[in-house]
Amino acid sequence: MAETVQFDLVSPERRLVSVEATEVRIPGAEGDLTAMAQHSPLITTLRPGILTVSGPEGEAEYVVTGGFAEIGADSVSVLAEKAIPSGDMTQEHFKALVDEATDKLAKAQETFVNEPGPVDDAAKLLSDMVAMGDHIGLSAN
Amino acid sequence: MPSLKDLKNRIESVKSTRKITKAMQMVAAAKLRRAQDAAEQSRPYAERFNAVMGKLAASVGDSDSAPRLLRGTGSDDVHLLVVLTAERGLCGGFNANIAKLARAEAEDLRAKGKTVKILTVGKKGRDALKRDLGELFIHHVDLSEVKNIGYADAQTIAADVLSRFDAGEFDVAKIFYSKFVNVVSQVPSMQQVIPFQVDEETAEEAPEASVVYDYEPDEEAILADLLPRGVATAIFSALLENGASEQGARMSAMDNATRNAGEMIDKLTIEYNRSRQAVITNELIEIISGAEAL
Repeated sequence: MAETVQFDLVSPERRLVSVEATEVRIPGAEGDLTAMAQHSPLITTLRPGILTVSGPEGEAEYVVTGGFAEIGADSVSVLAEKAIPSGDMTQEHFKALVDEATDKLAKAQETFVNEPGPVDDAAKLLSDMVAMGDHIGLSAN
Repeated sequence: MPSLKDLKNRIESVKSTRKITKAMQMVAAAKLRRAQDAAEQSRPYAERFNAVMGKLAASVGDSDSAPRLLRGTGSDDVHLLVVLTAERGLCGGFNANIAKLARAEAEDLRAKGKTVKILTVGKKGRDALKRDLGELFIHHVDLSEVKNIGYADAQTIAADVLSRFDAGEFDVAKIFYSKFVNVVSQVPSMQQVIPFQVDEETAEEAPEASVVYDYEPDEEAILADLLPRGVATAIFSALLENGASEQGARMSAMDNATRNAGEMIDKLTIEYNRSRQAVITNELIEIISGAEAL
């Protein structure tokens, strides 16, 4: 059996998952990454996306938005602001997330007329959301 | 001397009061369990979050490029006090204790010549502070419609606080709430949320402080992303602690009330029986003396 890491997925309201996993695919802010045993210590922020956990009990997918992951040699902790098992993700849920991102973009465009930074960030957030929706078969409209 | 009828009525009314307080006590006990669960469920997130924030804050330090939420605005002239209390009363000294702590802090700051602004969450704290400090209120958040406090509620409050910070309305923000120790003890507490302060306890507990982490993106970018969330997290845990404290305080207050009502009923019953006895004795004396007169 492959070496495993202790994987925890925690949201502010409760601990969602705490299992042994062989690999965890994390949607990092600067690109996806896979954490396995003996990964070098790393802290990365998350972009909205799908987090996949593979372990002895099979694979599980979670939709996560906002937060960060702390990766150590024998543990992976993901602290997400929202985390939902991808099977429980409904069109309504997704719509709410996309609407929120759209609002944020509109607001950023209003407040930061001459600063591209925040506007780009908000636009990226929205496109990340939409890409995530495509992945699990939900449309943004 | 109250008549027998009066006494009877009073006993009945105290009995129904006792029924109400007893029911409230049981409701509070059931809600307390739920509130405690919620508080415990949220603890892993808050603990890890603070541990990581502590590490980050330590590595970024006081450099000039550090985000303002960590470094502060450079002055501490305007203080924002966020007072978190319950929406309902009848819970002993719970609301009063939080209000007292907030009032003491506000007066202390004013004596030092600082400007104080107050944001209240929960009706009771607002009422308690309105008379003395009403002119300092800048906003009130009403949670009376909210049954189960969710992270979204904390986010809304945090977003409001942060937008005021960005607008330069204040330099330092502190939250006031009640820490839940156990059913009979809740400690009113104050916590500074802006600028971010590393909790000394968590900093010491951080186990692998020696491990050197890689950061992606760099520390400062992560911090800029996490600090606003830190405010929401702090407010969320405070709200949950408050929820558990409120129910705990209400439970013990109602327990006391129930016991007092019981004692009162006992006393009134004795008085009732005595005066009934007195009435009977009186009647007998009248009959006997009437018979003797014949």
